[in-house]
Amino acid sequence: MGLLTNRAKVLEQKPLTFMESLYLPAILKGMAITFSHMFKKKPTISYPEEQRPFSPVFRGLHVLNRDEYGRENCTACGLCAVACPAEAITMEAAERKESEKHLYREEKYAAKYEINMLRCIFCGLCEEACPKDAIYMSETFAPSNFTRKGFIYSKDELLIPNPVDEKEKYEIAKGKREVQLKNK
Amino acid sequence: MDLLAIDLSLALEKLLLIGGIITFSLIVAMYTTYGERKVAAFMQDRIGPNRAGPFGLLQPLADGLKLFFKEEIIPTASSKLLFVLGPALAMITAMLTSAVIPWGSSINVFGRDVSLQIADVNIGILYIFGVVSLGVYGIMIGGWSSNNKFSLIAAVRGASQIISYELAMGLSLIALLMMTGSLSLRTIVEQQMTGGWGGFLGWNILYQPLGFLIFLICVFAECNRTPFDLPEAENELNFGYHQEYSSMKLGLYLFSEYVNMFISSAVMATLFFGGYDIPFVDEATLSLTIGANAVALLGFGALFAKIVFFLFLFMWVRWTIPRFRYDQLMDLGWKKLIPLALANMLITAIVILWFNK
Repeated sequence: MGLLTNRAKVLEQKPLTFMESLYLPAILKGMAITFSHMFKKKPTISYPEEQRPFSPVFRGLHVLNRDEYGRENCTACGLCAVACPAEAITMEAAERKESEKHLYREEKYAAKYEINMLRCIFCGLCEEACPKDAIYMSETFAPSNFTRKGFIYSKDELLIPNPVDEKEKYEIAKGKREVQLKNK
Repeated sequence: MDLLAIDLSLALEKLLLIGGIITFSLIVAMYTTYGERKVAAFMQDRIGPNRAGPFGLLQPLADGLKLFFKEEIIPTASSKLLFVLGPALAMITAMLTSAVIPWGSSINVFGRDVSLQIADVNIGILYIFGVVSLGVYGIMIGGWSSNNKFSLIAAVRGASQIISYELAMGLSLIALLMMTGSLSLRTIVEQQMTGGWGGFLGWNILYQPLGFLIFLICVFAECNRTPFDLPEAENELNFGYHQEYSSMKLGLYLFSEYVNMFISSAVMATLFFGGYDIPFVDEATLSLTIGANAVALLGFGALFAKIVFFLFLFMWVRWTIPRFRYDQLMDLGWKKLIPLALANMLITAIVILWFNK
């Protein structure tokens, strides 16, 4: 019978020699290996204290962006919802009133904007689809929650802090992402 | 009245010693569980428990607390008295052996010479063998009374394994006993201390390397440690003889294994590695400069260092080699170790006859 492939190897099964049947040399060799591992560098990252650095292209939780005057960029055009392959985004549009000019950048805005983080696959297509630079993905991931409802993020959770009132929080939410991208 | 007074102080002294040694071995056993997890982690490139206290040093306390607070379940189909007796017996027999081990030479307290040994019986080794054989009852009773087929198989395995390896263990020690001519552990240690290089050349390991190897392998088997941990083989018997146990009864079983390890390390150090002998140091001249009490404590330190080494060896082996198959285990015990021990005994006898007579 010929060999099935040219990579097949015929193994000879010989009975153990005396030295092999003593097992001790082999055991000592094994023990030397395990002992050497005691002094190896541990790859463990102690999570809450240490965090693995994110890649500059990491796609985390979504953020709804504001412009430099603190006005929401989103115009509720729905392109992100159309682009979303997981159908995680829902929104309701509303017309801006005269008195709300300082809140929304354009005449139409999203009265309701929800992302279901359990459906979201963090592909980033919404970010790409957005013509208004209103949605982008930050460097954090969704924290755990006890209910499914808790994973449906509304505008309260998604909206970035106001750059005029809460500058520091805004910078933190914005993250190092843009800096890193610029440096590249 | 005088007689009574002497007896009372002796009783007090022994009581304190017993309490001290039991507490000490329990604490050591506690930290052996921690050491086991750390060593395992380090050998597998992990860092091990590090959350409870600095470096995870409070981990054993947390584990113990957890076991105490767990619900205690006694299966309805079990035999209740035996079910409770099992872990108690395992723990008692594990602790009993510590009685004849000389933990150090004697220290002088308030003008009394207190020997650091609970009982210097002249049949110390026989006593150890007797108690170790009793140890199998803990496993056997526990496994049997649980009324669970896995536990029963594990118990039967454990019993047959321990009985098989006791033979080779005893035979390997006969060669040693022919050399020492005494069964008292203190006499054996004192004989080793008289060797050259501050006692180092008197260590029995230098004269009985094969005997030590056989003894070591048998000790691994007696303690149910990997590669001989067949009574608790997780993948074929679920959890072995303590499968039905919960709460601190399970804790006692697991704990008795570590106490056993500690005590058998002490026995090995005593029989083959000079016990409380400090190598390369002459104790008699040292005690003239720093006092006998300090030397006794240093000797205890030396013994403890040897014990720690053996404990590490137990863990090292456990995290290196896989478990034996049951037939291989019996093969090794009956067909390899016993003939080897017999040959060792014969050679020792011939050498003793040839050179001494």
